[in-house]
Amino acid sequence: MEHKNYKAINQSVRKKDSMQLLLGKPVYTDDITSDDALVVKLLRSPHANAIVQDINVTIAKKVPGVVDIYTWKDVPKQRFEIAGQTYPEPSPYDRLIIDRHVRFSGDIVAIIAAETEKAANKAMKLIKVKYEVLEPVLDFHTAKDNPILVHPEEDWAQYCPVGGDNKRNLVSTEFHADGDVEAILSDCDIVIDHKYHTKAYNQAMMETFRTYCEMDRYGRLHVISSTQIVFHARRILSQALGIPKSRIRVEKPRIGGGFGAKQTAVSEVYPAFVTLKTGRPCELIFTREECFIGGCPRHEMEIHVRLGASKDGIIRAIDFHALSNSGAYGEHGPTTVGLTGTKSIPMYTSNLEAYRFDCEVVYTNTVSAGAYRGYGATQGLFAVESAVNELAEKLHIDPTSIRDKNMVKEGMVMPAYYGETANACALDRCLDHCRRIFNWEEKYPVRDMGNGKVRTAGVAMAMQGSCISNLDVGSATVKLNEDGGYNLLIGAADMGTGCDTILSQMVAESMGCSVDNVAVFGADTDASPYDSGSYASSTTYITGMAVYKACESLKKRMCAIAAEMLDCNVDELAFEDGQVIRLGTDTTVSPVDITYKAQCNSNLVAEATESHASPVSPPPYMVGMVEIELDKLTGKVDILDYKAVVDCGIPINPALARVQTEGGIVQGIGHTLMENVTFNRFNRPAESSFLQYKIPTRLDMGKLRVEFEHSYEPTGPFGAKSIGEIVINTPGPAIAHAIYRATGVWHRELPITPEQIALSKPEE
Amino acid sequence: MVTIQKYVRAKTLEEAYTLNQNKRNRIVAGMLWMKTGSGSMNTAIDLCDLGLDKIEETEEQFSIGAMVTLRQIELHEGLNAYSSGAIRNAVHDIIGVQFRNSATVGGSIWGRFGFSDVLTVFLALDTYVELYKGGILPLEQFAKLPYDNDLLVRVIVKKAPAAVVYSAMRIQRTDFPVLTCTVSQVDGQYRASIGARPGRAMLVRDDEHLLADGITQQSAEAFAASVAERVPTLGNIRGSAAYRTHLIKVLTQRNVLALGGL
Amino acid sequence: MEIKIKLNGKMVVDNIEADLLLIDFVRSHGCRSVKRGCESSNCGLCTVLMDGKPVLSCSVLAARADGHTVQTLEGLQEEASNFVGFIADQGADQCGFCNPGFVMNTISLLRENPDPTDDEIRAYLSGNLCRCTGYEGQLRGIRNYLNSRKD
Repeated sequence: MEHKNYKAINQSVRKKDSMQLLLGKPVYTDDITSDDALVVKLLRSPHANAIVQDINVTIAKKVPGVVDIYTWKDVPKQRFEIAGQTYPEPSPYDRLIIDRHVRFSGDIVAIIAAETEKAANKAMKLIKVKYEVLEPVLDFHTAKDNPILVHPEEDWAQYCPVGGDNKRNLVSTEFHADGDVEAILSDCDIVIDHKYHTKAYNQAMMETFRTYCEMDRYGRLHVISSTQIVFHARRILSQALGIPKSRIRVEKPRIGGGFGAKQTAVSEVYPAFVTLKTGRPCELIFTREECFIGGCPRHEMEIHVRLGASKDGIIRAIDFHALSNSGAYGEHGPTTVGLTGTKSIPMYTSNLEAYRFDCEVVYTNTVSAGAYRGYGATQGLFAVESAVNELAEKLHIDPTSIRDKNMVKEGMVMPAYYGETANACALDRCLDHCRRIFNWEEKYPVRDMGNGKVRTAGVAMAMQGSCISNLDVGSATVKLNEDGGYNLLIGAADMGTGCDTILSQMVAESMGCSVDNVAVFGADTDASPYDSGSYASSTTYITGMAVYKACESLKKRMCAIAAEMLDCNVDELAFEDGQVIRLGTDTTVSPVDITYKAQCNSNLVAEATESHASPVSPPPYMVGMVEIELDKLTGKVDILDYKAVVDCGIPINPALARVQTEGGIVQGIGHTLMENVTFNRFNRPAESSFLQYKIPTRLDMGKLRVEFEHSYEPTGPFGAKSIGEIVINTPGPAIAHAIYRATGVWHRELPITPEQIALSKPEE
Repeated sequence: MVTIQKYVRAKTLEEAYTLNQNKRNRIVAGMLWMKTGSGSMNTAIDLCDLGLDKIEETEEQFSIGAMVTLRQIELHEGLNAYSSGAIRNAVHDIIGVQFRNSATVGGSIWGRFGFSDVLTVFLALDTYVELYKGGILPLEQFAKLPYDNDLLVRVIVKKAPAAVVYSAMRIQRTDFPVLTCTVSQVDGQYRASIGARPGRAMLVRDDEHLLADGITQQSAEAFAASVAERVPTLGNIRGSAAYRTHLIKVLTQRNVLALGGL
Repeated sequence: MEIKIKLNGKMVVDNIEADLLLIDFVRSHGCRSVKRGCESSNCGLCTVLMDGKPVLSCSVLAARADGHTVQTLEGLQEEASNFVGFIADQGADQCGFCNPGFVMNTISLLRENPDPTDDEIRAYLSGNLCRCTGYEGQLRGIRNYLNSRKD
């Protein structure tokens, strides 16, 4: 492992926007937009499957302050999709801005534009809709080949060959395998064979979806949106509205959290349509309730795992079948499901003789799913990690020892991970380290605390990717300034994660300046170089490499300018310690002098732009251990202690990597113990507010401790891999494991409620 | 969000009462739950200028104005000394400090919400409500009444010799409870109040004298079983009726044992 | 109806509708730090001080605040500056959308209890939801600030 003597890398510098955020400055969409903007509201269907037979807006339009109301009759007829993905998208083109056929309870029936929120709300109540109510398909187990079709339309289209078929309610299918799974399984001493179910968790970012639109000074559509994907959003708007991309500018200000939710253009098309129609600025702000009933939650999945092993705990084969519920539309359906297998099976590469992965993604008449941190890996790891824990408990082998024996190790080729080699892998050290700081030997046994309470522990491992290999593109522009500092322009989206800062640290490291001397800007389709956007854990790894490459180019350019100044050959110059030096002499040229030269009678620009894509996606790895106290009588689980050790390569900013990890763990705790999704009589999520959908408070998460094991990823910037998503993956299987230890019952569906714990009896 | 045509700060209780006789008008207290509704009202009647934001303690009783906040009763030394901290325990997990700075005792008791920790704890004490027209009546009686157009002015807790233990089961710490339970001994008599059934909290007494010979594991269990039998439960998204009945037994038994110092 | 509110030290007189909420009143008077995160009075993002006490401005009628003092983070920059740097050092600002409400309630905590224990901090701030940080970094920041005052 390489450990370089970094100056700006691996330093916990403050986020560049910290003080603005902590002192409450106006930096978010609704803080910086026009007070005169029209208010946009959406009328949503109360039916899960229906045709709008008739819609009358005459009376509603008479409400004072109402500017206009749009229905299915008014919108363009070409289908599009709203997942922020690289073109051509795997997600099917199955949407209209407003469709006459509404496909879930919460689907859009009308767009209202009014001078005030009150007027818009009043008008909403006065729109008269006559629905032809159809029977919905709600259970994702029965969706495939159901006679009820969620998308019967003839103009449904999918531009990637991912096996979708709207006449079978199929969004996609996928299959890959290595070795003869059935033969190995039948030769195993023990096969763990179970189904694991996880629900449509909500990202619950604190800032709800919101988009502001106006016509700019050139008569172009200017969109200010809380989005992770400015460039994809521009393309989606162009497709949905039928106007050229060159007529659209999308920018993102500060974003109040995303976690993948804002990788889907959930709110953009409606106000954009209103501004095109009216020529007036307008803004759509989703209510919290709308985020629950009409957002883009995690894909509900049921994963069937058959895991075969020898009696001494050698894991020999994994058979994996995933069923995923995409809801009413196909966004992210084909892609999330793939990760369930590719981010779980390879962790047990060591002795694995065979694996098989197949999956089906289906449409149902429920809220459309989308991207959420973890993106399928979370669901897959709950299944595989639980199965490994079940195996260990069945064989009476310590579950950490069974992982020692079977886990992937540095240098191994991973057949279930696109055949990639684990170049940088400290998973074994993570497990050792975590065992030590957690005090596993002491915490793992079940301890009776009296009064019905017991304490015990559980464990899980995780992996993720660092980008979408052979696909994601990150770009960066680095410009030299008169004062010797640098401007960094990016198209990646800092949604609180701190990418603006860590990418600035990379510029500082490369250019030999302080982080304070790097001014960062992002993201704006007019000003930023192209970037796929911030998702798939890719910003540090992909955009980071683009930053590194741009800096290397800029150094060469600065040498070329200096060569003109010194009237020498560029080969005689090098960039060292933040300046250009003439080799073998004491002569130096400062960045300040280079800038002034570049501004006066120069044909060379003192800036560079580079892109980066990667043929590999090096996994970060992680181990999480949880100690719980469980009240056997009430079923209440208290998290006492959560310890985690992460290998994200070299952490660019350890403080930010740590907070990312802590935040991900607490989201995972929420999904495991309290965030439930059930459906009410309108077939909408009953948990549609923060009163019912309970995310953890600071009294619900115990004490966290996060540490790092460094590895050095040769293909990453300064040895870095990703951190953003992996951190959500361990709590589900680790807590379910601890609950088994305390009660003798395996819970294979999340969340695990106190009632289920209190009233369940051990198997057999 | 509820819509309001007019806002009036009543100068007298009589003015508030008169305005409240119109069905389109409503008293606003903390406004925390009312706000989440989607209805409309003509006049919002605010009692905030009537001096009802004080807790008065005498030798015999505590008199708690309707506009006293949950945060005030959480921090009130006299009330918590008298209730052995049960009142603080009953409110300190309600949402958060900011919420409890606005939520009022009057609003909580008047609302007789099924999920109310506040109603549950006060029911187990020797508590009365003072209504503007209806006069003073026991909370136990008030808790069963249908809503009318009277005004709740004060909540009165008599300082009968009492021991009280409160507990609630919550899935998430600041959530609505799945079940609330107070066990108390007031004037020598044991009672249990159970809330979040999920219906309105109700009070049951130890009519069978199961605890009369002292608190033991056995007597506590017997009393808990009796309470569970007498208190009806239902299911909602937080738990089934069977689970709630199970919790009644667990929490009642534990509270009884805590009351007995066991 | 006309109301007078002392907002961040300045008397503001305005003509409002009866159902205007305090959050919308203060935002329309330039206090954009105050954020809305829910419609159900339980996220804590909109916390302001009314007569010195933290309340949810999404659940207080502007009319109720008539004649009272209201402070937002815009008016408490100096008091906040004492400790927010310690939170920034932890990277615990993250997306920042919950920060103003969290900072306001922390100001109130430290006024009421200048030397709180970790459990007292958790309990007082339990009504401030945050989805990014997992809370631990916020706690470390406050703890480091308290320790710095003792040195």
